[in-house]
Amino acid sequence: MRHEELLHRCFRCGWCKLPTNYVDFNCPAYLQFRFESFSAGGRMWLIRAWQQGELKASERLARILFTCVTCKNCVQACAMPGIRDQLVDIFTAAKGELVEQGIVPPAIRDYFKSMQTYGNPYKRPATERAAWAQGLDLPRFAGQDYLFYVGDEGAYDELGIRMAGATARLLKRAGVDFGILGEDELSDGNDLRAAGEETLAMALAEEFIDRLKSHGVRKIVTLSPHALNIMKADYPAWGGSFTVRHYTQVLVPLLRKMPLAKKEIRVTYHDPCYLGRWQGEYEAPRAVLRAIPGLALVEMARNRKDALCCGGGGGNFFTDVLGHGEDQAARVRVREAAETGAEVLAVACPLCFKMLDDAVKAENLEEKIRVRDIAGLVLEAAGA
Amino acid sequence: MHDIYDELVGIVGEACISRAEEELYLYSRDQGLQPPGRPDYVVMPTSTEQVREIVLLAGRHGVPVVPLGGGLVLSGLSVPRRGGIVLDMKRMNRVLEVNELSHYCVIEGGVTQGLLQAYLARRHPSLKHSVPDAPPAATIAGNIAIHGSGHLSQSEGGFHSEMVTGLEVVLPTGEVCRLGSCSTVPKWFSRAPLPDLVGLFLGWNGTTGVITRIGLKLFPNHPLKDVLMFMTEDIDAVPDILFRVIATEMAEDITFFVTPKPAYFDGFQMTNIHVVAHTPREMKLKMEIIRESLRPYLDSKEAGFLPLPPHMKVNLLAAPQKSLSEFADIRKGGGFEYVGSIMPVESIPGAYRAGLEITARNDVTYSMGARVVGRGHAVMFYYAYPFNRADAGEIGRVRAALDESNVAAMELGGIPWKTEVAGQRMILERMEPATRDFLMRIKKVLDPQGIMNPGNWEVTP
Repeated sequence: MRHEELLHRCFRCGWCKLPTNYVDFNCPAYLQFRFESFSAGGRMWLIRAWQQGELKASERLARILFTCVTCKNCVQACAMPGIRDQLVDIFTAAKGELVEQGIVPPAIRDYFKSMQTYGNPYKRPATERAAWAQGLDLPRFAGQDYLFYVGDEGAYDELGIRMAGATARLLKRAGVDFGILGEDELSDGNDLRAAGEETLAMALAEEFIDRLKSHGVRKIVTLSPHALNIMKADYPAWGGSFTVRHYTQVLVPLLRKMPLAKKEIRVTYHDPCYLGRWQGEYEAPRAVLRAIPGLALVEMARNRKDALCCGGGGGNFFTDVLGHGEDQAARVRVREAAETGAEVLAVACPLCFKMLDDAVKAENLEEKIRVRDIAGLVLEAAGA
Repeated sequence: MHDIYDELVGIVGEACISRAEEELYLYSRDQGLQPPGRPDYVVMPTSTEQVREIVLLAGRHGVPVVPLGGGLVLSGLSVPRRGGIVLDMKRMNRVLEVNELSHYCVIEGGVTQGLLQAYLARRHPSLKHSVPDAPPAATIAGNIAIHGSGHLSQSEGGFHSEMVTGLEVVLPTGEVCRLGSCSTVPKWFSRAPLPDLVGLFLGWNGTTGVITRIGLKLFPNHPLKDVLMFMTEDIDAVPDILFRVIATEMAEDITFFVTPKPAYFDGFQMTNIHVVAHTPREMKLKMEIIRESLRPYLDSKEAGFLPLPPHMKVNLLAAPQKSLSEFADIRKGGGFEYVGSIMPVESIPGAYRAGLEITARNDVTYSMGARVVGRGHAVMFYYAYPFNRADAGEIGRVRAALDESNVAAMELGGIPWKTEVAGQRMILERMEPATRDFLMRIKKVLDPQGIMNPGNWEVTP
């Protein structure tokens, strides 16, 4: 197994369980289940026991490993420099081993099947990929500065579609020269890879890279931080070197020239794992929000590198292997957001949008706080 | 044991119990080098009532119960020696009350050090509790139950067990008892003036009951913190150095350490002196008084203060210090265990020399040190040995070094702290017979069926 030589170096000291200010457990799976086995250190020891033949691969082991949502909170908090940066990659590699052995939770198996059969987790035809853009009068990509890539969630998820529409309208309003691929889009493969199906993820990515190249794409603006991550981190090694930016990063310099109406509103912002801990971008979304006159940005107790994950990574958004309940990360997160007194919980990721919106309902917080995508908020201030 | 499983599910719900191989494997061992011991169930109660029901069930079936906090004791005290139920307390993690004026809090048995720190920092920033050097995932209950110590042990009254103002415990026979002032009035401010029953649950390694709630002393949280490092090459001078600094009553925390790595520390004995203050003027004065207390050493140039670069200060001022956990991987092997020993200050030079002999004889890497507890009334002296988990030879050598360190600590007039089962037996063998019999009688009275963490504090295996 990849990184097998590092497995024995985890002391299981438990630093990985808490953010730097210790306010609560930081791993969505550990938060939910609380057994030591679901902590990063517990996983390390179990993987080692499995690799050494002390434990057999089992459904339980699969559940323990596949509930890692790849949020990197453990990486952020780990006390061991010798293994810290590899932790999530070790868990992903272990998932990959289980995939090869055919021991995966049923929901994960169904997710893989959907990706294999339909090319997306929603089991929807590729012909519907452009439906989100209907009525928006968006040009197809034909050599513009940017390709605007919306991905699976932007194309098929109800809230993702709304977010994709708002972002496209805002990019237009800001004067960004972009086009879309519509039916020609393919899944970016980020979450498939994080769920352990690296072979299929790479095959999808390589096909998509070829398609991007055939369209002459050089610069990409993404709706989702997940797409941003794989395109920046992995595509170059797979033959696809593009300039890739998240939509908030593209908007920051342009908003200075855009007149925005005053909006006296108290907002807290949720850092998406793949924009923050994975790609190190914490300020662009905040800068976009601050561009709205009158908007008061308040921080949750856990923010930036310490932000709690919504639980939507690693394929859990599509598979729900983490399950539900009061300790569900998204529900904990919206309670934290409500504690700030903010009326709006702003998001920059379509997966976070859906996870947190559902959590607000589950927590009966609808009258206290609303989940809004950043693009939608700015668009409203722009009077569009 | 399937009927027991069903009964446990009936108490805590299916999500809070496991008998899967994965959990049984992990809860069979801690990070140290004690042999594994397999539980039958891992259960996570969420309330005192659930703990009570579990203990009653265990009593009916004669099944052992092993309470577990953060699982960081390293000496196997929470590893089941005779199977049964591991009671993972982490779901009981509420801070129930903070009384600012009376300087105490009431917390549940699974509250971690980190969680209480965070809670106080956000809601009661003028107060703090004494933080051990364990990672923040260690629980308060686990630490007080083993007589832990921490960064306020020198200045604020000793071991963490001495900072307990009250307990709620579930006895092995199922009764829920509140001990201290909370037994009589609805406040948790003090153990006095009542007959002190709290001690029946401190230092007993979970053999007398399950701690479900704790009243804990809190202390003023000064805004300014600084640290001095005093170095000498003369180990025999260390007790006097500590005595002088303690006598100033200006230091919050005093620790001593020796380590061969990094190389620039090799051969030196370092004393860290932590100072806190409300104002810069107060800080300056305190630092000056401490410096003056060591004037004879400074004048003779036999010792001196090490200028500390900012990054080192940040590291040293952190409570707990994250860098201490890195020690586990200095052999690139993710393992370490230590023998802690509670001993008098004057034993330090002997303990140090014994440690050097032990490490040389067993060819192991080491770190040694001590924390002053109380106004020099005792120190917690440690022999810490890192090891490579993938190197069976080194593991064997470290095991031998740990055993020898236990023996050395006792021969030097100390008592091994939170020691493994073998160390407990060694202590019991040396204990006055009348005291040992008294201890066993109390244990029997409290736990007539012997279900609580069996194997610990037993004269015979």
